[in-house]
Amino acid sequence: MSAPGDKIALRHGAGGPAMRQLIETLFVSAGASDPDVVGLDALDDGAALRIGDRWLVFTTDSHVVTPPFFPGGDIGRLAVCGTVNDLAMMGAVAPLGLSLAMVLEEGFAVADLERVRDSIASACREAGTRVVTGDTKVMGRGELDGIVLNTSGIGFAERLVRDDGLRAGDAILVTGTIGDHGLAVLARRHGLDVGAALQSDVAPLNGLVATALAAGGPGIVAMKDPTRGGVASALAEMAHKGGVGVVLDEATLPVRPAVRAAAELLGIDPLLVANEGKALLGVRPADEKAVLEALRAHPLGREACRIGRCVAEPVGRVVLDTGFGRRLVVEPDGELLPRIC
Amino acid sequence: MAELRPLPVGRVGEAGNAALQFRDPVRARALLGALEQLTAHRAGGAPLSIMHVCGSHEQAIARFGLRAVLPPTLQVIMGPGCPVCVTDAPEVDEAVALADAGVRVASYGDMLRVPGSGRSLDDARADGGRVDVVYGIAEALATAQENPDEPLVFFASGFETTAVATAAVLLRDPPANFFVLSAHKYIPPVMEIVAEMPHTRVEGFLAAGHAAAITGYGVFEPFVARYGIPVVVGGFEPLDLLAGFAKLAELARDGEARVVNAFPRMVTRDGNLRAQQQLWAVFEPVGGQWRGIARVPNGNLRLRRGFAAHDARRRFEGLLAAAEPARPAPRSDECRCGDILAGSAAPSDCALFGAPCTPATPVGACMVSSEGTCRIWHEYGGLPRIEIREARP
Repeated sequence: MSAPGDKIALRHGAGGPAMRQLIETLFVSAGASDPDVVGLDALDDGAALRIGDRWLVFTTDSHVVTPPFFPGGDIGRLAVCGTVNDLAMMGAVAPLGLSLAMVLEEGFAVADLERVRDSIASACREAGTRVVTGDTKVMGRGELDGIVLNTSGIGFAERLVRDDGLRAGDAILVTGTIGDHGLAVLARRHGLDVGAALQSDVAPLNGLVATALAAGGPGIVAMKDPTRGGVASALAEMAHKGGVGVVLDEATLPVRPAVRAAAELLGIDPLLVANEGKALLGVRPADEKAVLEALRAHPLGREACRIGRCVAEPVGRVVLDTGFGRRLVVEPDGELLPRIC
Repeated sequence: MAELRPLPVGRVGEAGNAALQFRDPVRARALLGALEQLTAHRAGGAPLSIMHVCGSHEQAIARFGLRAVLPPTLQVIMGPGCPVCVTDAPEVDEAVALADAGVRVASYGDMLRVPGSGRSLDDARADGGRVDVVYGIAEALATAQENPDEPLVFFASGFETTAVATAAVLLRDPPANFFVLSAHKYIPPVMEIVAEMPHTRVEGFLAAGHAAAITGYGVFEPFVARYGIPVVVGGFEPLDLLAGFAKLAELARDGEARVVNAFPRMVTRDGNLRAQQQLWAVFEPVGGQWRGIARVPNGNLRLRRGFAAHDARRRFEGLLAAAEPARPAPRSDECRCGDILAGSAAPSDCALFGAPCTPATPVGACMVSSEGTCRIWHEYGGLPRIEIREARP
């Protein structure tokens, strides 16, 4: 793991080890932990504050994406889903409301802003929430790239789900195909014309998670949405925090053919790219069947499946059984770059 | 599951390759069984050492996790086959100097974090330089066409495979603001360097199928005749790789030094003559240093004089000359990369391993690539042994 250095680099925002180290070094202060607060030091999807016998979950997310309109979505839909999903991953499946802050570049087309507004509205409808407060700033031409959105959200969790609850023997489930968002955006960015088959999966997951929680109850011991850094980063973090290893069975990984093709062309592993409408669930073996059935009964979970299991060793590592051999899945540290070799 | 029997060992991989399903785990296990048989006589002694010279081969080996299942009687060494890794620090320095001077530079993604003497293109970008990551030369060309008033330098790396793409663009009259900074390299000469290394234990080479599709497998015949080491041209699917290893094991066991084409669905003896014409019309081979390995005679591809108008080294000659002279990385003369590549030393034998040579400050090629031997040892504290324990006792 590299030291932060004296200047911020792009890898410090890429969701991998460099970003965690930056946050841990500069922002997380050691101190007595408060049993009524899941705070910054937990580096979970959001914070949780105990209020009576419930937990108020609070999360915030800034969104930058090039290009802002991509196959299957845009930055507006992404901003709503990102925050709704972070709340859902901690068990807050009925968001009370969202804030929306916009920073716009001078010259940004109003017609584009209207498109973003419309997709924010439709994503909120799907998630059963709304924007209740906001803020707008404009910066000079060239001072930022078009548009930056920040959303925050709050919601109550009846039962708080953390990302550190895995133990050996648990099943790892994914709610659908992986790699769709990351490859759709990367292919568009590099002018790779693969037709309409590559679409972002960006979607609000709170309804899907609610049905899973209803079916699995306390048998669902850990959840995380594999956004930046992909399934590799999310599972590495869950394995590390839970003190277990994760073994993935490559043959069971759900990857669309178009995603697989684009990934091979760009030399990028679908395990490493962002998903914006998928969740990883750690489930006790006794509840695996019920949770899978519940997920598959929901429109966003039809392709849900078991992709791996937790083992005692190697701790903190993700191992991929390729069907030919085994390899360690190393989480990406920095932006994903197309390879020459 | 079907009973697993090794394939007949007679003539592995020479014919019928195209009929295989290249990702069939059952056939893969059969080939592994054959490999075990073909190298069984090595048990207790030194393993059979074979070397591949291609980053894409290492990618495929790593991606399919093949190292975890190869028999202990076989050692597959990653040779100097990753063009990004063997790009020498002064070549990176040139690209960094251009970016620092405000020239827009386009580069393949995996070159971005490779450090020069001090800084990488990624650092230059963080310091305000304009560095575009491109998927291929066409993307860089499009940027130049869209911005005719500013120069664009494509930092061109890669072996004869990608050099042909660069050549094809330069032969089609690119815009006047498009320049190439060539770090292209040519593989056949470096195989001779490895074969001549004093302690080399390499008993066979797996050559890259895509490069051989251009050069033809005939290009390796003089090498085999001179050094008596067999060369097998192999593809990139798991079964291609295993069949290539098995063929090499068979040739080594039988003491047969010849070139075998185990990738006949893509490779012919003569190769792609038109591509070769284009390659040599644009480039000429010159000697050059490969990072952490050696000075390789005829190992670098330089733009011929006829393409001076698009040669970044000529167009920005003054600027490059004025840039701070590149200093060799500290203690780079102690780097053991060459021995590690030759299979005669392990990373732990190198005085630089771990300090000062790390993934963030690599001295030799083996620490640059994510699949480099030193990089893997550094990240996993030795050879990655992946042992799974289902439950705590």
